[in-house]
Amino acid sequence: MLIRRPPDIPSSEITPERVFLDRRSFIRHAALGTAAAALSPSTLSGTRHTAPQDPRFSELESELGEPVNAWTEITTYNNFYEFGTAKEDPHRNSGSFRPRPWTVRIEGHVNNPGDYELDDFLAPHRIEDRVYRMRCVEAWSMVIPWRGFPLGDLVRRVDPTGDARFVEFTTIVRPDEMPGQRTGVLPWPYVEGLRLDEAMHPLTMLVTGVYGVDLPNQNGAPLRLIVPWKYGFKGIKSIVSIRFVEEMPMTTWWAANAREYGFYANVNPEVDHPRWSQARERRIGELRRRETLMFNGYANQVGQMYADLDLTRWI
Amino acid sequence: MTARSVRRLKVLMWVSALAPAAWIAGGTFRGWLGVNPIEKVTHVTGLSALVLLLLTLAVTPVRRMARWNRLIQLRRPLGLFAFFYAFLHFSIWMALDLGFQLSWISEDIMERPYITVGFTAFVLLIPLAVTSTRGWIRRLGRRWATLHRLVYITATLGVIHFYWLVKADTSLPLLFAGILTLLLASRIGPWHEKRKRRQAASARRRQQLSTG
Repeated sequence: MLIRRPPDIPSSEITPERVFLDRRSFIRHAALGTAAAALSPSTLSGTRHTAPQDPRFSELESELGEPVNAWTEITTYNNFYEFGTAKEDPHRNSGSFRPRPWTVRIEGHVNNPGDYELDDFLAPHRIEDRVYRMRCVEAWSMVIPWRGFPLGDLVRRVDPTGDARFVEFTTIVRPDEMPGQRTGVLPWPYVEGLRLDEAMHPLTMLVTGVYGVDLPNQNGAPLRLIVPWKYGFKGIKSIVSIRFVEEMPMTTWWAANAREYGFYANVNPEVDHPRWSQARERRIGELRRRETLMFNGYANQVGQMYADLDLTRWI
Repeated sequence: MTARSVRRLKVLMWVSALAPAAWIAGGTFRGWLGVNPIEKVTHVTGLSALVLLLLTLAVTPVRRMARWNRLIQLRRPLGLFAFFYAFLHFSIWMALDLGFQLSWISEDIMERPYITVGFTAFVLLIPLAVTSTRGWIRRLGRRWATLHRLVYITATLGVIHFYWLVKADTSLPLLFAGILTLLLASRIGPWHEKRKRRQAASARRRQQLSTG
Protein backbone atom coordinates (compact mmCIF):
# COMPACT_ATOMS: atom_id res chain seq x y z
CA MET A 1 0.00 0.00 0.00
CA LEU A 2 1.30 3.34 -0.95
CA ILE A 3 1.12 5.94 1.73
CA ARG A 4 3.12 8.97 0.78
CA ARG A 5 4.22 10.87 3.81
CA PRO A 6 3.54 14.57 3.47
CA PRO A 7 6.71 16.66 3.40
CA ASP A 8 8.00 17.90 6.72
CA ILE A 9 6.56 21.35 6.51
CA PRO A 10 5.19 22.86 9.70
CA SER A 11 1.68 24.18 9.20
CA SER A 12 3.00 27.68 9.86
CA GLU A 13 5.01 27.38 6.65
CA ILE A 14 2.14 26.37 4.43
CA THR A 15 0.89 29.18 2.27
CA PRO A 16 -2.90 29.44 2.16
CA GLU A 17 -4.10 28.54 -1.31
CA ARG A 18 -5.79 31.88 -1.82
CA VAL A 19 -2.51 33.64 -1.13
CA PHE A 20 -0.59 31.11 -3.21
CA LEU A 21 -2.84 31.57 -6.24
CA ASP A 22 -2.58 35.31 -5.94
CA ARG A 23 1.06 35.28 -4.91
CA ARG A 24 2.34 37.82 -7.38
CA SER A 25 0.03 40.60 -6.30
CA PHE A 26 0.40 39.43 -2.73
CA ILE A 27 4.13 40.00 -2.92
CA ARG A 28 3.53 43.32 -4.60
CA HIS A 29 1.16 44.64 -2.02
CA ALA A 30 2.19 43.09 1.23
CA ALA A 31 4.61 44.60 3.69
CA LEU A 32 7.83 43.32 2.31
CA GLY A 33 9.98 41.85 5.02
CA THR A 34 7.32 39.89 6.85
CA ALA A 35 5.49 38.83 3.73
CA ALA A 36 8.56 37.42 2.10
CA ALA A 37 9.53 35.55 5.24
CA ALA A 38 6.04 34.09 5.62
CA LEU A 39 6.01 32.87 2.04
CA SER A 40 9.37 31.25 2.21
CA PRO A 41 9.57 27.49 2.56
CA SER A 42 13.30 27.63 2.98
CA THR A 43 13.64 29.36 6.30
CA LEU A 44 13.74 25.90 7.86
CA SER A 45 17.48 25.53 7.80
CA GLY A 46 20.11 28.02 8.73
CA THR A 47 22.26 27.10 5.77
CA ARG A 48 19.46 27.70 3.32
CA HIS A 49 18.42 31.09 2.22
CA THR A 50 15.45 33.00 3.40
CA ALA A 51 13.25 34.33 0.67
CA PRO A 52 14.74 37.32 -1.10
CA GLN A 53 13.88 40.61 0.49
CA ASP A 54 13.92 42.66 -2.68
CA PRO A 55 10.41 42.67 -4.17
CA ARG A 56 11.54 44.01 -7.51
CA PHE A 57 12.69 40.57 -8.57
CA SER A 58 9.22 39.07 -8.56
CA GLU A 59 8.16 41.89 -10.89
CA LEU A 60 10.72 40.94 -13.52
CA GLU A 61 9.77 39.60 -16.92
CA SER A 62 11.57 37.91 -19.75
CA GLU A 63 12.15 39.77 -23.01
CA LEU A 64 8.96 38.05 -24.26
CA GLY A 65 6.95 39.51 -21.38
CA GLU A 66 6.75 36.26 -19.39
CA PRO A 67 6.64 36.85 -15.61
CA VAL A 68 9.36 35.17 -13.55
CA ASN A 69 8.46 32.10 -11.52
CA ALA A 70 8.04 32.39 -7.79
CA TRP A 71 10.98 31.90 -5.47
CA THR A 72 9.23 28.86 -3.99
CA GLU A 73 8.88 27.27 -7.42
CA ILE A 74 12.50 27.89 -8.31
CA THR A 75 13.87 26.58 -5.02
CA THR A 76 11.65 23.55 -4.26
CA TYR A 77 11.41 21.90 -7.67
CA ASN A 78 14.87 20.95 -8.82
CA ASN A 79 16.75 18.25 -10.68
CA PHE A 80 20.03 17.89 -8.81
CA TYR A 81 20.59 14.14 -8.55
CA GLU A 82 23.51 14.63 -6.17
CA PHE A 83 20.81 15.28 -3.57
CA GLY A 84 18.29 12.68 -4.76
CA THR A 85 16.14 12.03 -7.81
CA ALA A 86 12.79 13.41 -6.59
CA LYS A 87 12.05 17.05 -7.38
CA GLU A 88 11.79 17.99 -3.69
CA ASP A 89 14.96 16.10 -2.72
CA PRO A 90 17.50 18.87 -3.44
CA HIS A 91 15.55 21.32 -1.30
CA ARG A 92 15.07 18.73 1.41
CA ASN A 93 18.53 17.11 1.41
CA SER A 94 20.97 19.93 0.69
CA GLY A 95 20.87 21.56 4.13
CA SER A 96 24.26 20.24 5.23
CA PHE A 97 26.08 21.13 2.02
CA ARG A 98 28.78 23.76 2.59
CA PRO A 99 29.25 26.03 -0.44
CA ARG A 100 32.05 27.94 1.31
CA PRO A 101 35.01 27.87 1.33
CA TRP A 102 35.16 27.02 -2.36
CA THR A 103 37.96 26.68 -4.86
CA VAL A 104 37.58 26.60 -8.63
CA ARG A 105 40.32 24.96 -10.67
CA ILE A 106 41.08 26.30 -14.14
CA GLU A 107 43.05 23.74 -16.12
CA GLY A 108 43.87 22.32 -19.52
CA HIS A 109 44.91 24.27 -22.62
CA VAL A 110 44.92 27.67 -21.01
CA ASN A 111 47.53 30.34 -20.32
CA ASN A 112 46.31 31.19 -16.81
CA PRO A 113 45.60 27.90 -15.07
CA GLY A 114 45.35 27.68 -11.32
CA ASP A 115 43.21 27.15 -8.24
CA TYR A 116 41.12 30.21 -7.52
CA GLU A 117 39.43 30.91 -4.22
CA LEU A 118 35.83 31.77 -5.13
CA ASP A 119 35.92 35.42 -4.12
CA ASP A 120 39.14 35.97 -6.08
CA PHE A 121 37.60 34.05 -8.96
CA LEU A 122 34.57 36.35 -9.02
CA ALA A 123 36.30 39.64 -8.13
CA PRO A 124 37.25 40.79 -11.65
CA HIS A 125 33.74 40.24 -13.02
CA ARG A 126 30.79 42.55 -13.26
CA ILE A 127 27.88 40.67 -11.73
CA GLU A 128 24.47 41.28 -13.35
CA ASP A 129 20.89 39.99 -13.18
CA ARG A 130 19.31 38.39 -16.22
CA VAL A 131 15.92 36.77 -16.75
CA TYR A 132 16.12 33.56 -18.77
CA ARG A 133 13.73 30.80 -19.69
CA MET A 134 14.81 27.41 -18.35
CA ARG A 135 13.51 24.41 -20.32
CA CYS A 136 14.03 20.99 -18.77
CA VAL A 137 14.42 17.95 -21.02
CA GLU A 138 11.45 16.54 -19.09
CA ALA A 139 9.19 19.10 -20.79
CA TRP A 140 8.63 21.57 -17.96
CA SER A 141 9.97 25.10 -17.82
CA MET A 142 10.36 28.18 -15.66
CA VAL A 143 11.41 31.80 -16.05
CA ILE A 144 14.24 32.64 -13.67
CA PRO A 145 16.06 35.83 -12.67
CA TRP A 146 19.67 34.63 -12.48
CA ARG A 147 22.60 36.61 -11.13
CA GLY A 148 26.06 36.06 -12.60
CA PHE A 149 28.38 37.05 -15.42
CA PRO A 150 29.08 35.94 -19.00
CA LEU A 151 31.23 32.82 -19.15
CA GLY A 152 32.97 34.46 -22.13
CA ASP A 153 34.47 37.08 -19.79
CA LEU A 154 36.11 34.31 -17.80
CA VAL A 155 37.31 32.53 -20.93
CA ARG A 156 39.01 35.70 -22.13
CA ARG A 157 40.56 36.24 -18.70
CA VAL A 158 42.07 32.75 -18.43
CA ASP A 159 43.11 32.89 -22.10
CA PRO A 160 42.80 29.45 -23.73
CA THR A 161 45.53 28.33 -26.12
CA GLY A 162 44.94 27.37 -29.74
CA ASP A 163 44.44 23.73 -28.76
CA ALA A 164 41.33 24.46 -26.71
CA ARG A 165 38.20 23.58 -28.66
CA PHE A 166 35.85 22.54 -25.86
CA VAL A 167 35.26 23.44 -22.22
CA GLU A 168 34.61 20.68 -19.70
CA PHE A 169 32.94 21.42 -16.34
CA THR A 170 32.94 19.14 -13.30
CA THR A 171 30.73 19.12 -10.21
CA ILE A 172 32.19 18.61 -6.75
CA VAL A 173 32.15 15.10 -5.23
CA ARG A 174 31.13 15.08 -1.56
CA PRO A 175 29.14 11.95 -0.80
CA ASP A 176 29.06 12.94 2.89
CA GLU A 177 27.06 16.04 2.08
CA MET A 178 25.40 14.85 -1.13
CA PRO A 179 23.34 11.73 -0.39
CA GLY A 180 22.63 11.09 -4.08
CA GLN A 181 26.34 10.54 -4.64
CA ARG A 182 26.16 7.56 -2.30
CA THR A 183 23.96 5.86 -4.91
CA GLY A 184 24.89 4.75 -8.40
CA VAL A 185 22.03 6.45 -10.17
CA LEU A 186 24.52 8.39 -12.33
CA PRO A 187 28.28 8.03 -12.66
CA TRP A 188 29.90 10.69 -10.46
CA PRO A 189 31.24 13.29 -10.78
CA TYR A 190 28.71 15.03 -13.01
CA VAL A 191 30.45 16.37 -16.10
CA GLU A 192 29.17 18.82 -18.68
CA GLY A 193 30.72 20.52 -21.68
CA LEU A 194 30.37 23.20 -24.31
CA ARG A 195 32.02 23.95 -27.61
CA LEU A 196 34.36 26.92 -27.19
CA ASP A 197 32.13 29.15 -29.33
CA GLU A 198 29.11 28.19 -27.18
CA ALA A 199 31.10 29.00 -24.06
CA MET A 200 32.02 32.41 -25.55
CA HIS A 201 28.44 33.22 -26.55
CA PRO A 202 27.20 36.29 -24.67
CA LEU A 203 24.06 34.49 -23.46
CA THR A 204 26.08 31.79 -21.65
CA MET A 205 26.39 32.60 -17.97
CA LEU A 206 28.28 31.51 -14.92
CA VAL A 207 25.71 31.97 -12.19
CA THR A 208 26.23 32.75 -8.52
CA GLY A 209 22.75 33.85 -7.50
CA VAL A 210 19.03 33.92 -8.18
CA TYR A 211 16.40 36.49 -7.23
CA GLY A 212 19.19 38.83 -6.23
CA VAL A 213 20.63 36.57 -3.53
CA ASP A 214 23.34 33.90 -3.48
CA LEU A 215 22.33 30.57 -5.00
CA PRO A 216 20.59 28.25 -2.53
CA ASN A 217 22.34 24.89 -2.25
CA GLN A 218 19.58 23.11 -4.16
CA ASN A 219 20.09 25.43 -7.13
CA GLY A 220 23.80 24.67 -7.48
CA ALA A 221 25.63 26.82 -4.95
CA PRO A 222 28.02 28.47 -5.14
CA LEU A 223 28.68 28.44 -8.89
CA ARG A 224 26.75 26.95 -11.78
CA LEU A 225 26.39 27.17 -15.52
CA ILE A 226 23.36 28.49 -17.40
CA VAL A 227 23.00 27.98 -21.15
CA PRO A 228 19.45 29.16 -21.79
CA TRP A 229 18.98 27.68 -25.27
CA LYS A 230 19.92 24.18 -24.08
CA TYR A 231 18.02 21.70 -21.93
CA GLY A 232 18.44 22.32 -18.23
CA PHE A 233 20.76 19.38 -17.58
CA LYS A 234 23.53 21.25 -19.41
CA GLY A 235 23.48 23.76 -16.56
CA ILE A 236 25.96 21.92 -14.36
CA LYS A 237 25.86 22.87 -10.68
CA SER A 238 28.39 23.33 -7.87
CA ILE A 239 31.29 23.58 -10.32
CA VAL A 240 34.82 22.86 -9.06
CA SER A 241 36.71 22.50 -12.30
CA ILE A 242 36.70 24.22 -15.68
CA ARG A 243 39.02 22.48 -18.11
CA PHE A 244 39.87 23.58 -21.64
CA VAL A 245 40.25 20.53 -23.87
CA GLU A 246 40.80 19.51 -27.46
CA GLU A 247 38.24 16.70 -27.70
CA MET A 248 34.49 16.80 -27.16
CA PRO A 249 34.04 15.90 -23.48
CA MET A 250 31.98 12.83 -22.59
CA THR A 251 29.18 14.43 -20.61
CA THR A 252 27.22 12.62 -17.91
CA TRP A 253 23.77 12.19 -19.45
CA TRP A 254 25.27 11.49 -22.85
CA ALA A 255 27.34 8.72 -21.28
CA ALA A 256 24.35 7.42 -19.33
CA ASN A 257 22.07 7.18 -22.36
CA ALA A 258 23.37 8.35 -25.74
CA ARG A 259 20.12 7.52 -27.51
CA GLU A 260 18.16 9.97 -25.38
CA TYR A 261 20.67 12.69 -24.42
CA GLY A 262 23.40 14.17 -26.57
CA PHE A 263 26.31 16.52 -26.15
CA TYR A 264 24.48 19.49 -27.67
CA ALA A 265 21.08 19.16 -25.97
CA ASN A 266 19.74 22.22 -27.78
CA VAL A 267 16.07 22.86 -27.04
CA ASN A 268 14.32 21.73 -30.20
CA PRO A 269 10.55 21.22 -30.48
CA GLU A 270 11.02 19.30 -33.72
CA VAL A 271 13.27 16.57 -32.35
CA ASP A 272 11.40 14.50 -29.80
CA HIS A 273 12.93 12.71 -26.90
CA PRO A 274 12.66 9.00 -27.79
CA ARG A 275 10.03 8.62 -25.09
CA TRP A 276 8.11 11.89 -25.15
CA SER A 277 7.30 14.89 -27.27
CA GLN A 278 9.47 17.99 -26.99
CA ALA A 279 6.96 20.08 -28.96
CA ARG A 280 5.22 21.33 -25.80
CA GLU A 281 6.11 22.10 -22.23
CA ARG A 282 4.42 22.90 -18.97
CA ARG A 283 5.47 26.23 -17.56
CA ILE A 284 5.50 25.68 -13.80
CA GLY A 285 2.52 27.58 -12.41
CA GLU A 286 0.43 27.14 -15.56
CA LEU A 287 -2.20 24.50 -16.22
CA ARG A 288 -2.18 24.14 -19.99
CA ARG A 289 0.92 23.20 -21.90
CA ARG A 290 2.51 25.77 -24.15
CA GLU A 291 4.44 25.39 -27.39
CA THR A 292 8.18 24.96 -27.00
CA LEU A 293 10.21 27.53 -28.95
CA MET A 294 13.18 26.65 -31.15
CA PHE A 295 16.38 27.06 -29.12
CA ASN A 296 14.04 27.93 -26.24
CA GLY A 297 13.22 31.26 -27.86
CA TYR A 298 16.85 32.28 -28.41
CA ALA A 299 17.06 31.16 -32.06
CA ASN A 300 17.91 34.64 -33.36
CA GLN A 301 20.89 34.87 -31.05
CA VAL A 302 22.29 31.34 -31.31
CA GLY A 303 20.86 29.71 -34.45
CA GLN A 304 23.79 30.63 -36.68
CA MET A 305 26.20 28.60 -34.50
CA TYR A 306 24.44 25.45 -35.67
CA ALA A 307 23.86 26.33 -39.32
CA ASP A 308 26.04 23.41 -40.44
CA LEU A 309 24.93 20.94 -37.81
CA ASP A 310 22.37 18.19 -38.45
CA LEU A 311 20.17 18.82 -35.42
CA THR A 312 18.34 15.51 -35.73
CA ARG A 313 21.63 13.63 -35.47
CA TRP A 314 23.43 15.87 -32.97
CA ILE A 315 20.81 15.90 -30.25
CA MET B 1 -8.48 -16.99 9.89
CA THR B 2 -11.61 -15.90 11.71
CA ALA B 3 -14.40 -13.81 10.26
CA ARG B 4 -13.42 -11.10 12.68
CA SER B 5 -9.81 -10.87 11.54
CA VAL B 6 -11.00 -10.66 7.94
CA ARG B 7 -13.26 -7.79 8.91
CA ARG B 8 -10.33 -6.04 10.55
CA LEU B 9 -8.18 -6.62 7.53
CA LYS B 10 -10.93 -5.22 5.33
CA VAL B 11 -11.12 -2.04 7.37
CA LEU B 12 -7.34 -1.69 7.17
CA MET B 13 -7.49 -2.21 3.42
CA TRP B 14 -10.19 0.42 2.90
CA VAL B 15 -8.34 2.97 4.99
CA SER B 16 -5.01 2.32 3.26
CA ALA B 17 -6.51 2.22 -0.22
CA LEU B 18 -8.26 5.53 0.31
CA ALA B 19 -5.19 7.16 1.88
CA PRO B 20 -3.60 8.29 -1.41
CA ALA B 21 -6.89 9.83 -2.53
CA ALA B 22 -7.23 11.58 0.81
CA TRP B 23 -3.64 12.77 0.57
CA ILE B 24 -4.31 14.23 -2.87
CA ALA B 25 -7.52 15.89 -1.73
CA GLY B 26 -5.77 17.34 1.31
CA GLY B 27 -2.82 18.52 -0.74
CA THR B 28 -5.08 20.28 -3.21
CA PHE B 29 -6.38 22.48 -0.41
CA ARG B 30 -3.31 22.71 1.78
CA GLY B 31 -0.73 23.10 -0.97
CA TRP B 32 1.52 20.13 -0.22
CA LEU B 33 1.38 18.79 -3.78
CA GLY B 34 4.33 21.04 -4.64
CA VAL B 35 4.76 23.44 -7.51
CA ASN B 36 3.90 20.91 -10.24
CA PRO B 37 0.73 19.39 -8.78
CA ILE B 38 -0.37 17.72 -12.03
CA GLU B 39 2.85 15.76 -12.21
CA LYS B 40 2.64 14.89 -8.52
CA VAL B 41 -0.97 13.66 -8.74
CA THR B 42 -0.18 11.67 -11.89
CA HIS B 43 2.68 9.93 -10.09
CA VAL B 44 0.74 9.22 -6.91
CA THR B 45 -2.29 7.76 -8.71
CA GLY B 46 -0.13 5.68 -11.06
CA LEU B 47 1.95 4.31 -8.22
CA SER B 48 -1.17 3.56 -6.16
CA ALA B 49 -2.75 1.69 -9.06
CA LEU B 50 0.36 -0.46 -9.51
CA VAL B 51 0.76 -1.23 -5.81
CA LEU B 52 -2.92 -2.18 -5.53
CA LEU B 53 -2.65 -4.36 -8.62
CA LEU B 54 0.28 -6.22 -7.08
CA LEU B 55 -1.65 -6.59 -3.81
CA THR B 56 -4.61 -8.00 -5.75
CA LEU B 57 -2.29 -10.53 -7.30
CA ALA B 58 -0.84 -11.37 -3.88
CA VAL B 59 -4.21 -12.47 -2.47
CA THR B 60 -4.28 -15.93 -4.05
CA PRO B 61 -0.71 -17.04 -3.23
CA VAL B 62 -0.92 -15.73 0.35
CA ARG B 63 -4.31 -17.37 0.82
CA ARG B 64 -2.96 -20.65 -0.46
CA MET B 65 0.25 -20.60 1.56
CA ALA B 66 -1.21 -19.32 4.84
CA ARG B 67 -4.44 -21.30 4.31
CA TRP B 68 -6.45 -18.13 4.92
CA ASN B 69 -9.41 -18.95 2.75
CA ARG B 70 -11.35 -15.88 3.72
CA LEU B 71 -8.64 -13.64 2.33
CA ILE B 72 -10.39 -14.05 -1.02
CA GLN B 73 -12.89 -11.45 0.17
CA LEU B 74 -10.20 -8.80 -0.24
CA ARG B 75 -9.48 -9.59 -3.87
CA ARG B 76 -12.38 -7.82 -5.55
CA PRO B 77 -12.18 -4.56 -3.56
CA LEU B 78 -8.40 -4.42 -4.04
CA GLY B 79 -8.82 -4.91 -7.77
CA LEU B 80 -11.51 -2.25 -7.95
CA PHE B 81 -9.36 0.20 -6.02
CA ALA B 82 -6.55 -0.50 -8.49
CA PHE B 83 -8.95 0.34 -11.29
CA PHE B 84 -10.11 3.47 -9.45
CA TYR B 85 -6.55 4.84 -9.30
CA ALA B 86 -5.75 3.73 -12.85
CA PHE B 87 -8.87 5.59 -13.98
CA LEU B 88 -7.81 8.74 -12.09
CA HIS B 89 -4.29 8.41 -13.51
CA PHE B 90 -5.65 8.08 -17.05
CA SER B 91 -8.16 10.92 -16.60
CA ILE B 92 -5.56 13.33 -15.24
CA TRP B 93 -3.28 12.59 -18.15
CA MET B 94 -6.08 13.07 -20.67
CA ALA B 95 -7.80 16.06 -19.12
CA LEU B 96 -5.14 18.04 -17.27
CA ASP B 97 -1.96 17.03 -19.04
CA LEU B 98 -3.27 17.01 -22.59
CA GLY B 99 -6.44 19.06 -22.18
CA PHE B 100 -8.59 16.59 -24.20
CA GLN B 101 -6.65 17.46 -27.36
CA LEU B 102 -7.43 14.35 -29.41
CA SER B 103 -4.47 14.81 -31.75
CA TRP B 104 -2.04 15.00 -28.83
CA ILE B 105 -3.65 12.02 -27.13
CA SER B 106 -3.55 9.81 -30.21
CA GLU B 107 0.01 10.92 -30.98
CA ASP B 108 1.08 9.98 -27.47
CA ILE B 109 -0.63 6.60 -27.59
CA MET B 110 0.70 5.74 -31.05
CA GLU B 111 4.22 7.08 -30.78
CA ARG B 112 5.34 6.77 -27.18
CA PRO B 113 5.85 3.13 -26.25
CA TYR B 114 5.53 3.75 -22.51
CA ILE B 115 2.17 5.40 -23.08
CA THR B 116 1.12 2.68 -25.52
CA VAL B 117 1.66 -0.02 -22.91
CA GLY B 118 0.21 2.08 -20.09
CA PHE B 119 -2.91 2.81 -22.13
CA THR B 120 -3.26 -0.86 -23.10
CA ALA B 121 -2.95 -1.87 -19.46
CA PHE B 122 -5.74 0.54 -18.54
CA VAL B 123 -8.03 -0.57 -21.37
CA LEU B 124 -7.59 -4.21 -20.36
CA LEU B 125 -8.63 -3.34 -16.80
CA ILE B 126 -12.01 -2.00 -17.95
CA PRO B 127 -13.68 -5.36 -18.75
CA LEU B 128 -12.35 -6.76 -15.50
CA ALA B 129 -13.89 -3.94 -13.49
CA VAL B 130 -17.18 -4.22 -15.41
CA THR B 131 -17.46 -8.00 -14.92
CA SER B 132 -16.55 -7.91 -11.24
CA THR B 133 -20.19 -7.98 -10.14
CA ARG B 134 -21.92 -11.13 -8.91
CA GLY B 135 -24.27 -11.06 -11.86
CA TRP B 136 -21.44 -11.13 -14.35
CA ILE B 137 -19.59 -13.82 -12.44
CA ARG B 138 -22.68 -16.01 -12.64
CA ARG B 139 -23.37 -15.20 -16.28
CA LEU B 140 -19.83 -15.92 -17.44
CA GLY B 141 -19.38 -19.09 -15.43
CA ARG B 142 -16.06 -20.75 -16.12
CA ARG B 143 -15.20 -18.11 -18.75
CA TRP B 144 -15.05 -15.49 -15.98
CA ALA B 145 -11.83 -16.97 -14.59
CA THR B 146 -10.35 -17.13 -18.07
CA LEU B 147 -11.25 -13.50 -18.74
CA HIS B 148 -9.79 -12.34 -15.46
CA ARG B 149 -6.43 -13.84 -16.29
CA LEU B 150 -6.05 -10.61 -18.28
CA VAL B 151 -4.89 -9.11 -15.02
CA TYR B 152 -1.54 -10.87 -15.47
CA ILE B 153 -1.05 -8.98 -18.74
CA THR B 154 -2.26 -5.70 -17.26
CA ALA B 155 0.11 -5.92 -14.30
CA THR B 156 3.03 -6.80 -16.57
CA LEU B 157 2.27 -3.91 -18.91
CA GLY B 158 1.84 -1.60 -15.93
CA VAL B 159 5.29 -2.44 -14.59
CA ILE B 160 6.83 -2.02 -18.07
CA HIS B 161 5.09 1.37 -18.34
CA PHE B 162 6.69 2.41 -15.04
CA TYR B 163 10.12 1.10 -16.01
CA TRP B 164 10.09 2.87 -19.37
CA LEU B 165 9.13 6.27 -18.06
CA VAL B 166 11.78 6.78 -15.39
CA LYS B 167 14.84 8.73 -16.40
CA ALA B 168 17.64 7.14 -14.43
CA ASP B 169 16.59 5.67 -11.11
CA THR B 170 15.06 2.33 -12.05
CA SER B 171 15.23 0.82 -8.56
CA LEU B 172 11.50 1.06 -7.79
CA PRO B 173 10.26 -0.28 -11.15
CA LEU B 174 12.76 -3.13 -10.85
CA LEU B 175 11.50 -3.92 -7.35
CA PHE B 176 7.95 -4.03 -8.74
CA ALA B 177 9.12 -6.28 -11.58
CA GLY B 178 10.73 -8.62 -9.03
CA ILE B 179 7.58 -8.80 -6.91
CA LEU B 180 5.41 -9.37 -9.98
CA THR B 181 7.71 -12.17 -11.14
CA LEU B 182 7.41 -13.86 -7.75
CA LEU B 183 3.63 -13.47 -7.74
CA LEU B 184 3.31 -14.93 -11.22
CA ALA B 185 5.82 -17.72 -10.51
CA SER B 186 3.91 -18.71 -7.38
CA ARG B 187 1.02 -19.66 -9.64
CA ILE B 188 2.98 -22.11 -11.78
CA GLY B 189 3.22 -24.88 -9.16
CA PRO B 190 -0.48 -25.01 -8.24
CA TRP B 191 -1.48 -24.58 -11.89
CA HIS B 192 0.76 -27.51 -12.85
CA GLU B 193 -0.68 -29.69 -10.10
CA LYS B 194 -4.21 -28.85 -11.08
CA ARG B 195 -3.44 -29.85 -14.63
CA LYS B 196 -1.91 -33.11 -13.50
CA ARG B 197 -4.92 -33.83 -11.31
CA ARG B 198 -7.26 -33.12 -14.19
CA GLN B 199 -5.27 -35.37 -16.50
CA ALA B 200 -5.24 -38.14 -13.91
CA ALA B 201 -8.97 -37.76 -13.45
CA SER B 202 -9.70 -37.96 -17.14
CA ALA B 203 -7.37 -40.95 -17.43
CA ARG B 204 -9.31 -42.61 -14.66
CA ARG B 205 -12.56 -41.85 -16.44
CA ARG B 206 -11.25 -43.30 -19.67
CA GLN B 207 -10.14 -46.40 -17.81
CA GLN B 208 -13.53 -46.78 -16.18
CA LEU B 209 -15.17 -46.41 -19.58
CA SER B 210 -12.95 -49.02 -21.18
CA THR B 211 -13.27 -51.50 -18.31
CA GLY B 212 -16.95 -50.75 -17.87
